[in-house]
This record gives sequence, structure tokens and C-alpha cells, in this order.
Amino acid sequence: MSKPHANRDPLSRAALRQVAVLALAAVGGFTALLGALAWAASLTGAGTAANGAIDLENRAITVSIRYEPPQLDSTRATDAQSIMILAHTMEGLLRYDPQGRLVAGVAERWDIGDDGATFYLRDDALWSDGVPVTAHDFVFAWRTVVDPATAGPYAYNLYPIKNAEAINSGDLPPEALGARALDDRTLEVEFERPIAYFDKLAAFHTYLPVRQDFYESRRGRYGADAADLLYNGPFVMTRWVHGAHIRLEKNSRYWNRDEVQLNLIDIPYVTADNTARMNLFRDGEIADVDHLTSQELDQALAERFQIGRYADGSVWFLMPNHRPGRLTANYHFRKALQLATDNAELLYKVLRVPSYTPADSLFPAWLRGVDGLFKQEYPPPAVAHDPRAAREHLERARQELGLDAFPPLVLLADDSPLGSKKAEYLQALFRRELGLDVRIDKQIFKQRLAKAENGEFDIVIYGWGPDYDDQMTFADLFASWNTNNHGKFANAELDRHVRIAQESTDQRERMAAFAEVQRILIEEVAIIVNYERGVMYVQDPRLKNVMRRPMGGDPNYSFAYLADAP
Amino acid sequence: MLAYTAKRLLQGVITVWFIATATFVAMHSVPGDPLSGERLPNEEIRANLEARYGLDRPLIEQYWIFLSGMARGDFGISFTQQNRRVNDIIREHFPVSATLGVLALAFAALGGVLWGALTALYRNRLPDTIIMFLVIVGISVPSFVVAALGQLAIVRLNGWLGFSLLPVAGWGTLRHMLVPSMVLGLGTMAYLTRLMRSSMLEIASSDFVRTARAKGLPPARIFLRHQLRNAVLPVVTVLGPAIATITTGGFVVELVFAIPGLGRYFVEAVQQLDYTVIMGTTVFYGAFLVLMVIVVDLLYGVIDPRVTLQ
Repeated sequence: MSKPHANRDPLSRAALRQVAVLALAAVGGFTALLGALAWAASLTGAGTAANGAIDLENRAITVSIRYEPPQLDSTRATDAQSIMILAHTMEGLLRYDPQGRLVAGVAERWDIGDDGATFYLRDDALWSDGVPVTAHDFVFAWRTVVDPATAGPYAYNLYPIKNAEAINSGDLPPEALGARALDDRTLEVEFERPIAYFDKLAAFHTYLPVRQDFYESRRGRYGADAADLLYNGPFVMTRWVHGAHIRLEKNSRYWNRDEVQLNLIDIPYVTADNTARMNLFRDGEIADVDHLTSQELDQALAERFQIGRYADGSVWFLMPNHRPGRLTANYHFRKALQLATDNAELLYKVLRVPSYTPADSLFPAWLRGVDGLFKQEYPPPAVAHDPRAAREHLERARQELGLDAFPPLVLLADDSPLGSKKAEYLQALFRRELGLDVRIDKQIFKQRLAKAENGEFDIVIYGWGPDYDDQMTFADLFASWNTNNHGKFANAELDRHVRIAQESTDQRERMAAFAEVQRILIEEVAIIVNYERGVMYVQDPRLKNVMRRPMGGDPNYSFAYLADAP
Repeated sequence: MLAYTAKRLLQGVITVWFIATATFVAMHSVPGDPLSGERLPNEEIRANLEARYGLDRPLIEQYWIFLSGMARGDFGISFTQQNRRVNDIIREHFPVSATLGVLALAFAALGGVLWGALTALYRNRLPDTIIMFLVIVGISVPSFVVAALGQLAIVRLNGWLGFSLLPVAGWGTLRHMLVPSMVLGLGTMAYLTRLMRSSMLEIASSDFVRTARAKGLPPARIFLRHQLRNAVLPVVTVLGPAIATITTGGFVVELVFAIPGLGRYFVEAVQQLDYTVIMGTTVFYGAFLVLMVIVVDLLYGVIDPRVTLQ
């Protein structure tokens, strides 16, 4: 009820005054509280960050990471963020240069033969405490990786070394590993079987050195904090506040320090929220943002930011369930799905991320063949989008299976916005082209993986990224013995070609075998490949020479430099 | 009072045990486990990892190991951050969440009481309408929208000023805390405003206020001692659970503003099925919530002499 003379009511007026007094008291108390909290925050926080995204004077940059590296023990790290930090703070026998070529790291030269390899270490490679990096540090690290007690998830990357698998299974002691330090600067490696890509493996982070006395002095906490690590790379980590702040400063003891231009890479922001990272970029707080969505890309274009793209190396495909009894175990049914698939529509009309490129083959376009690119030397058999032929195959499948109508298909998908978009598109596509009923089963990563392992799906949307720079990192995925072959595709001919490629060191023979693997996967519709994923990013134009590659720590600012004019 | 406190604490312990057990059962009935990952194409490595974390033992034994650890206040080692103890994670990141939460709650409580009292005084007039409209907005707009808008506002403000008045994200100084805590406290502030308003109005028309007025007491005294003190009781009631929801519900705000709080670890642990961190954070938060409810109940007796605790 409204009272026109309410303001003259003494109760209200006095009460109003009281509210004002209260408000003043509140503000006073609040200020005191703020002071206390500010002090509390300074104990847990990132503290003062460097001066904006690019600090030309001090040659410093500020960037963000998407999540906290779980730990930086190279013998156990498997995630992209840990690998990215390790790529700055550590150096293996070999490393990649900004052009993506393998070059000398701690090893100044090396001989790789059929039975083994010898690495000759440089004498000026030092740990961050000034002690030289020796062959013993590699032997210790590798023994630690394959030791069953370490339970390193990436131990299988060392299996080409003699006895590694037997040690990892607990059949032999770690000392039996086929890696020996002949002296401080000579490392001799014995192979389990001839291997064509050991130089590439030697650049992988699981092969990084670890110094025994330091490792043991940390008593199980190696890699847990900045002080629990020794560094031998271009940068050292001088600060690590968990979840908040990582600070990488130039390593003055790094042998190749003259090529390192930046003095400081400051990482005071840890967030997976891309909107937040874009806002930080707009505000001039960070030098780049990667993994842009199509919407953020539109904004970035409108705001005239410098945009770039690169392949992250991974290939995305539909993996049908080949277990007996499943609809997708039928060849014609799979063929129908393959012919109904329209990758151009998926990419250009639905997903609309320009860094994604349509693909037919499990082997991405960036892989090298004998002389040039594998894709050009061994082009995959073409698969055209052909709804009419798809319906014919579907009809044949119906007859072979003796069904009146097909039961609903279960499409296992991830819960990301992009994953949902993709799943819903496929649902509509298969209904439109084939009249199939598709049920989407959206799961978070681990649940999706568990369901895929148990075969609780008809089709699963799947992606695979490379561990090392060789076709094999993809090729053995669908070998009958691979535990990641969730669809249980089994083909004796494919297995045979994988074996040939594993055991041969003749690149021509290997590439021919990979081409056969590629052909079988497409012809038998083992999988339906959709696209190669790429990453769109914005970057401050003053920052140059950042390495963004499918392999080994991305982005890598180790050899980046700053230029005043864009 | 002492007997009452002891009784409530005992009940609290049972509640926490129940929370822990329910979480344990739910967690283990979800498909997958912390070790599932696509880079384990080898049964030996998996077996090694299972042995390392004791996942190869029967579930009931794992439960017992967890319970006895919990009784000692030790939640074990994280699965994803393999060198960090869950206790360390809580110890390092809860203070951040708590700092943010306390500030948010201060905003919420002060704002709620002030706005609520104002709307009651200006009942059905323009200030009331405006504030109540904002309250509806505050309650219905989810925090991730408010957080994103708040952040964008900072970017625009900084761009317009030409220098960084407030940081866009990050943690460590008072300037980092202001906007996130306001965003975090907004929903609770709106809720408290509404609660305060209705309880003020209810009391304004009660007999004792009318009597006080009839006796000729100064209006200020009536407002402060009789109206406000009584009206604030329901607010205190919801404050306890609100402390818990604010300090735990900061996940979105922590993500958007890149704040290293515990809420993020809690949500990420669930996504990663990091058993030990899930159990540690759930039990910790559960105990925290139970404790806050007990504290509020005890405070009740202090604020309102009519309430006796037994």
C-alpha cells in the first residue's frame, strides 16, 4: 500500500538515518576485512606478474596455461601441459628445431644401427646446479621408467630397448636394461629388434635424463615442486605455486644459451576457460590464446587480432564396434555408414573451425614418407559421399542380418560442446540418409573410455594423437593386440603389415606396409575417418618464432624472440 | 549448552561418515577408474599402477583403508597429481576458496541486510520495485554468465581508462579479489535481500513493535532493537549453509578468474575420477558444512535469548 506522506513518518526517517549509520559501520568493518583478506591472499597467490603480455625491455613474455601440470617427473608425465613445460626446462639427447627437424641436443652426434645405437654427449651440457649431464643420467632415467615400481604409463615407448618389456613386466631387474654408460660421455643402447625411428623416440620426453643422486634426495617427491627438479634445458622453473603461477627464467648454464632470446616466460594464469583467456589477451595481459572455438575466432577476426593455425597432429574418426552380434559387425552396414558420411558438410557447415581439415586416412597429412610427404607418395583410396550407394549397402545388410527394421544405434560421444554438436549432426545425418535411429550416449572422458573398452557402443567418436613422429604411432592402433582397439577390429593381413613395418628398417618397405594398413582400414571400414584436428590461436604480433607442432611440447617459446614492430 | 554442542558434534561425525560412505559407493559404481587412460596399451603397466594405488585389493578392503586413513586425517595421494598429498591440496587451496568465500559472504550479508531493510522501509514504492527487480535478476542469472559479464566489464573499463585498474584474472592481491567475490556473492545477496525484506515486513506489523511505538519509544530504537534484530534471525539461519555453498560453489568463478581455489580441484577430481581427491574434498566440505550449521545453531542462542539450546 502506498502512503504519500511516508517520508514525514518519524519512524521511517529515523530508521533511514539508522540504516545510513549501519551502512557506514559496515563499510568500516568491510575495509578492515579487506585488509585481512589481502594479506591472506598474498600468502597463496601468484603475486606480482611480469609487466603485461610483452615486456620488450626485459625480454619477458606473459602467457597462460589451461591446467596445472600434474607433476613434472619426466619418467611419468603423459599430459600435454607437463610435456609443454618439460620442453622448456629439459633437453634430451635430441630435440626438434623451429623448422621441425631433429637436431643435436645433449648428444652432439650419434650412430644408429640395426642392433643398437651410440650417443656421444657434449661436454658443455650442464644441470642447473652446474654438474655435467652424463650418460649415467640417461641410464638411470630409463631404468626408472621401465621399473615396474615406477608404473610409468609411457614405459612402452622404451620397449624398443633390449629387455625393457621384460623388466616392465617384472621378469628381469632394471639393471638388465640394454642401455649402458661406457664413460661419462658415451651412451650405448642395445635394441630389442631393429627400429627405424629410434632418433625420433630419443627426442621424446620419456627419454629425458634424470640425475640419480638428486632423484633419490627428493624421496619420492621428484617433480612435485620447483625445488624438487633439476633442469638442463633452455629455461629453469623458479616459481611454482600450484594452480596459480609458474615462472620460467632463462637457464644461464644451458649450453645453447646464446640462441635463447627470452629472459622470462611468466605464467601467472591457469584456467581452462577460453573466454577468460581471450579477455586477458584483449587486456594485454597475455601474449597468446590457443584452442579458439569458432565463436571466439569470429570475435578475434572482428577485433583484427593476428590469427594463426597449426595441426595438433591428431586424427578424429568414428570407430564402429566390430564385436560379433553388433549391427556394425556387418560389413555392408559399416559401408553404408561410410558412404553416408559427408566430412565436408561436417566441417564446413557444422563444426566450422577452419583449422580442421577433412581426412580419409588414419595417417595425417603431416607424416613423412620415404622422400616427401606420405600422403603424396601413398594417397589413400578415395571414399566419395554417395547416399544412394549407402542405401543399397544398408539394404544388403538388412537382408544378411535378416531384420525387418534396424534397432537404434548407440553413438558414444564426449560431453564437450563440440562433441555434442558432432554427435547431434551424425544423429541427424544417419536418420536423413539412411533412416537409422541413433541414440547419443554422452559421457565424460574416463566414463567414455571405460564404456569403449567394455564395448558398450555401436559407434564411438574417437581421436588419436601421435606420441612420436612415425606412422607406427597410428598404425598399430588397429592391430588385433592393441588394447586401444576398442572396436576389436581384427584383420590378419593388417596385423601382418604392422609387423613388417615394426621389424623393418628399410623405409621403402615400411611405407609400403603402412600404405597397405591404410588401404585395409578404409576398404574394410575398420574406422570412418572424419578430420585432422588443428588449433586456431591468436598471438601478439611482436612475439616471433614460437614453435607450434604436432609433437613434443606445444607451444614452445624456447627460441622465441620479441620484435618491436610487428 | 555444552551437552548440546557435544550431541550435535556427535551427530555431525555420523553425518560425515554417511557422506563419505555414500560418496565411496557412488564413485566406485561409475564406469571407469582413475587409471583409465588411452596411453596404457599394456596390461603390465596397468597392473603395476593398480598395485601402486592398492586398486587391486577387494573393494571392502579399500573402503577400510580409506576409513582408517580418514580417522587419522590422512586422505592419501592424488591419482592425477602423483606427487601431491590430498591433505596438501586441501591445505594449499582451501585458504584461497575461503578468502574468496568470506569476502563474497561479507558482500552478500551486508548487501542483503541493507537492501532488505531498505525495501521494507520503502515498501511498494519505487526504490522497493527497483531493488526487487534487481533481486530477481540476481537470483535467476547463473554465476557463469555474471562472471563472464563481470570480466568483460573489467576489460572494457581498462580499455577505456587506458591502464589496468582491475586485473582481468589471476590471484594474489586485493584488486584480484573484488570482482570475483562480488560475482560469487551476488546470488546469495539477492536471496538474503528477499528474505530480509519479508521478515522485516512481518515484524513491522507484529504486536511488540506496535506496543513499542505506543509506548513512545524513539523510532530509531524500535528499528534497531526490535525490528532489525528480530528480522536478522532468519538471515543468520541461512548464512551457515551459505558459507558452505559459497566456499564450495566457487568452481565457475575460480575457473573464469583463474583463481587457484579448491572448488576447481574438486570438480576436476570428479571429472578425472581421482578417487583420493574426490573423497578428501567431499569429506572435507561435508565436515565443513556440518560444522557451519552447528555454529549457526549455537549463534542463534546468542542472538535470540528466547532460544534455549538443549
